[in-house]
Amino acid sequence: MPWDVVAKSLFIVVVGVGVFAPVVTWVERKQSAVMQDRIGANRADLFGIRILGLLHPAADVIKLIFKEDVVPHGANRALHLTAPLIAAVAAIVSFAVIPYGGEYTVGGTTFSLVAADVDWGLLFIFAVGALAAYGTVIAGWASNNNWSLLGSLRATAQMISYEVTMGLSVVGVFMVFQTLRLPEMVHAQDATFRLLGFLEVFGWVDPLPAWSDWIRLPRWGVFLQPLAFVMFLAAIMAENKRPPFDVPEGDSEIVAGYHTEYSGMRFGLFFMAEFIEVVVIAGLMVTLFLGGWSVPWLSSERIVAGITPLFGGGFANLFCMLVHVTTWLVKVSALIWLQMALRWTLPRFRYDQVMDLCWKILLPLSIANIFVTGTILLLIEGTR
Amino acid sequence: MSAELFFFYVFAALAAGSALAMVSNLRNTVAAALSLVVTMVSLAGIYVLLRAHLVAAVQIMVYAGAVLVLFVFVVMLLNLREDVFPPARLRPFKLAGAALGAVGLAGFLAALAGHVPDMAAVPESFGGYREVGRALFTDYVLAFELVSLLLLAAIVGAVVLAKRRLEP
Amino acid sequence: MITVEHVLALSGLLFAIGALGALTRRNLIVILMCIELMLNAVNLAFVGFARAWGDLGGQVVVLMVIAVAAGSVAVGLGIVIALFRNRDSVNIEDVSLLKW
Repeated sequence: MPWDVVAKSLFIVVVGVGVFAPVVTWVERKQSAVMQDRIGANRADLFGIRILGLLHPAADVIKLIFKEDVVPHGANRALHLTAPLIAAVAAIVSFAVIPYGGEYTVGGTTFSLVAADVDWGLLFIFAVGALAAYGTVIAGWASNNNWSLLGSLRATAQMISYEVTMGLSVVGVFMVFQTLRLPEMVHAQDATFRLLGFLEVFGWVDPLPAWSDWIRLPRWGVFLQPLAFVMFLAAIMAENKRPPFDVPEGDSEIVAGYHTEYSGMRFGLFFMAEFIEVVVIAGLMVTLFLGGWSVPWLSSERIVAGITPLFGGGFANLFCMLVHVTTWLVKVSALIWLQMALRWTLPRFRYDQVMDLCWKILLPLSIANIFVTGTILLLIEGTR
Repeated sequence: MSAELFFFYVFAALAAGSALAMVSNLRNTVAAALSLVVTMVSLAGIYVLLRAHLVAAVQIMVYAGAVLVLFVFVVMLLNLREDVFPPARLRPFKLAGAALGAVGLAGFLAALAGHVPDMAAVPESFGGYREVGRALFTDYVLAFELVSLLLLAAIVGAVVLAKRRLEP
Repeated sequence: MITVEHVLALSGLLFAIGALGALTRRNLIVILMCIELMLNAVNLAFVGFARAWGDLGGQVVVLMVIAVAAGSVAVGLGIVIALFRNRDSVNIEDVSLLKW
């Protein structure tokens, strides 16, 4: 048994499920309070200590575990009980391929901070995301409730549609970085490029003045594929069925959609899956578009090279790892905040608007993006 | 038994068992579709064992993720709960047909015996997206384009069929 | 070590199950699903032979089959929905006008 894999998987479960998911529920409450000019969740207390409402997630978990687990009359019992498991497992498993650090050599052993370094990492996430749809579909169908069925029908149509755009919108990113392997993709982003370099590449200004070498941007996906960034964020947020894309559970129309009939910890699993998915989305966006663990303008070679003469190679690598993981956490937190801010800013779309956005705006735009990216890449290749 | 073979047997048992469950489920169409999902996912597992990584990913994304969701969607849309479809009556000539099929299968297997190739040694990258993509867009590009035409026809056909009424 | 015989045996079994279902079931949706199962059985054989010969052609064919199957399901389910609107049934015994 490779123990490093076990350790990394444990890290993912502890950080992703144990730490992030409950904290994200707290962030969501606090964010909503900020947006609505309230003080927010601060009622739960332990012997009078409230610590900013951070006890609310704990109170939630205790409540959900001890609540009665109701299976409605006439429901398909086995499927009703399986559905939340599918949703939660799919959300957790996607974490496996997201790198939260690079490769480090300490004491002669090299290790990389990603649980499963598979060649087709991104396809794995898409495949697992495709299976996650079943959690929703089965939940709605097995509940023997019309609201649930309506919610699950809406969810099915929405998830199939947005899967298409989600896949197509990141094709440009593959083309730029020439890989599907997520750690490799982050390595490719751990560098900078000259902002005016294209003038030289196409021979419009040749040679460029020396000062242009100082105007550099990190070689991040968001700078190379800005349109893909926006489209992918929209598509993947729709996949997660959170507002403004929450028509499958639109409370004002169909009670609570596919999880109307769930209570106790089974509802808790859906709830948790949604928040883990928020973290997965943040991790994936960071990996694809924001350089993953890399520090902007400071490549890992330069960090290691700078520290090694002072404290030796092993310490330099450890320090670099610490910096990288911290950077990753900062970036992921920023994107989680972005999702929360979007969720509390935008009102829910109407169902036809959700579909129009997918098929009439995002799909043509993503295909155009692929076409333009390919053309530019070929032009650059032609000048070499 | 090697780990590969062990997992092959696990996935094979899952695939065959859920396929049987799908065919024999007479009451519940959604459950039948979900059994087929299990078959598809286990087949994807076998594809990984056979070093067809890209095909495995596409299998899950397209078959399990889109095609079968579509099935479940349609069953839910039509609201076919607890349908009663009488199983077909076993007439003698159907039995004869089954026997003929068995004879044909036996003949096919006999013809195949001794001609089955052994597993070739393949490079590490075999079946990855780079290799398959290269094959797809060089040797098989005509087939690829034809499939895209077929898909266009399918889209148009599906839209026309699903429209409520064609204006005369 | 998985051999081609293993793969072919499973493939044949799945194809037989699919054929049995397609011939005996009366629910149009289930028949479509059985056809998908048969296509998958063939795909499995293709992947097995691709691995055996070390030739990617088999895997490319599988990708084509998956694309074609997706198209056929889209049209097939469109037909099912149209049929259900007109006949209020998905039993193939109810659509036997063209049967001799």
